[in-house]
Amino acid sequence: MKRAPALFWLLAIATVPLWLRDQYYLHVLITTAIFIIAAMSLNLLLGYTGQLSLGHVAFFGIGAYASALTTLGFDIELPGGFRVEHAPWPAVAGFGIAVAAAGLSGYAIGKLSFKVRGAYFVIVTISFAEVTRLVALNWVELTQGPLALNNIPPYTLWIPGVGDYEFWDKRAYYYLVAGVGVVTYVVIKRLVGSRIGRAMIALKENEPLAGSVGIDVTRYLVLAAVVSAAMAGAAGSLYAHYVKIIDPDIFLFIYTVTMVIMVITGGKGTLAGPVVGGVIFGFLPVVLRSFAAPAVQWIIYGALMIVIVFVLPEGIVPAVERWSRSWRSPRPAEATILASSKARDE
Amino acid sequence: MTASAEVVLSIEHVAVRFGGLVAISDLDFVVRAGEIVGLIGPNGAGKTTAFNVITGFLKPTAGQVRYRSSLLTGLKPHQIAGLGLVRTFQRTSVFQNNTVFQNVLIGLHRRGRSSLWQTLLALPGESRCERELADEAHRVLQLVGLEQRAFQLAGTLPYGEQRLLGIALALAVKPSMLLLDEPVSGMNPAETARCMQLLENIRASGVTILLVEHDMPMVMTVSDRIVVLNYGRIIAEGPPAAIQNNPEVIRAYLGEGKKRA
Repeated sequence: MKRAPALFWLLAIATVPLWLRDQYYLHVLITTAIFIIAAMSLNLLLGYTGQLSLGHVAFFGIGAYASALTTLGFDIELPGGFRVEHAPWPAVAGFGIAVAAAGLSGYAIGKLSFKVRGAYFVIVTISFAEVTRLVALNWVELTQGPLALNNIPPYTLWIPGVGDYEFWDKRAYYYLVAGVGVVTYVVIKRLVGSRIGRAMIALKENEPLAGSVGIDVTRYLVLAAVVSAAMAGAAGSLYAHYVKIIDPDIFLFIYTVTMVIMVITGGKGTLAGPVVGGVIFGFLPVVLRSFAAPAVQWIIYGALMIVIVFVLPEGIVPAVERWSRSWRSPRPAEATILASSKARDE
Repeated sequence: MTASAEVVLSIEHVAVRFGGLVAISDLDFVVRAGEIVGLIGPNGAGKTTAFNVITGFLKPTAGQVRYRSSLLTGLKPHQIAGLGLVRTFQRTSVFQNNTVFQNVLIGLHRRGRSSLWQTLLALPGESRCERELADEAHRVLQLVGLEQRAFQLAGTLPYGEQRLLGIALALAVKPSMLLLDEPVSGMNPAETARCMQLLENIRASGVTILLVEHDMPMVMTVSDRIVVLNYGRIIAEGPPAAIQNNPEVIRAYLGEGKKRA
């Protein structure tokens, strides 16, 4: 009984390519799913620990570049005459390196920037993303700068019965992304439902009180930053090996904004929020393009965003949960409390 | 309490200045094992500042604080809580948007041991650990008499019960000493009586208590000893009966030239 909704959604995710034949829509779905993974990772930081990182795209980009460079190989000269040569590795190793590199930079940024809070933290994270963009733009020897890294090979996985399989096919890639997405979702779900998640929620709600009951505030903030950054790095790797070309524009502020919009409109601090917000704002441009002029598209996009934030300030998912509860129960107040406590206990 | 009991908390010549403002000029007193000590004084006397210094939320300008054998000055709040010295807050003493039960679970943080990997891989040790914590949370709620409220949001509780939950949260940490910042403020007389009984029970279980309180009948009844602060320094110290008749204390509270009826 308890697992029925989870099974339903897994089945729904698995059957999409069976009825969605249009290659273009499948492409939109894949890029949207990659951004949903990034948004979910941002939600861990923003929704559960309450820290607004406006440099989240840095981890996404670091993941993308780490993965691409691992796979393509490089040959650079460091100051002092050191020469670092790296022969190309398989793309799957790139994925692992991407997760590790992004997680490590999450650790470094967390250690440095959690000395400050609020607006100062936001500024530190924005600066970090901008610095990574400038490095990617100017370290031409390593990153090709604005010329971009081209011909990034696809993932190759050994699949029983098939042998080595190269992920060229969109449908196969969809399953790969969906798989990573489900794992990300489950990891976040387990994390926030545990003692670690309780510590994060506690420090979001009342940092001094959390400290007074013995929660090491900085440690859990850094932990959240590492896990969140590693997930964003995974999304970045998926992106790099999908579009097969990345340039420094991957670090643009607008991508962070897109992730923040997905999280806020969907409902920060909820598991489903970034998914709902991600689906809406991932597909909205495509839907709008079918009937509106380019200028009008963005006006509608912006207007819809403002309307959602005004009408449902806590996000779509919490609002829907509240409505469905008050609709089902004759005694809304008590039911709300019981249901929310149950939802949190799960 | 006999004066020979072991000193657990010693505040040694602590001073706190914010720029030119002197919040505490020279605070020096001790708390002995098993005691209930009341820290009183008019508004702005420096009571909460003293709490903040003891629990690591504020660095003293001078002086130091010791708890048992450890020097607390320079430690972070969570480290001090780890030593068994746990405080409550005057305002916002609970996690408002979580249920009563979850509040206590958060308080039990240091008693859980499940690691990141246990959590992520859903190892059996984790669910057993979580069950133990849940049992423990129910026990703590029973102790303060809030088990009926377990699944209400803490922010929806009447104020007096929020104060009780604040104490439950601190008790969950399994302290050897409690610092209570105005535990009965906002409570009605019945709740205050219940809270006083609770403090007695807590003390009976071996916990030393230092409390700041404005409710004079309450603090005079529960405390073994009273420390009176005014303008950031101690003006009197002693058993409640002696404090009540101390002319300097009366002057601090009621002003010059007044006599208590």
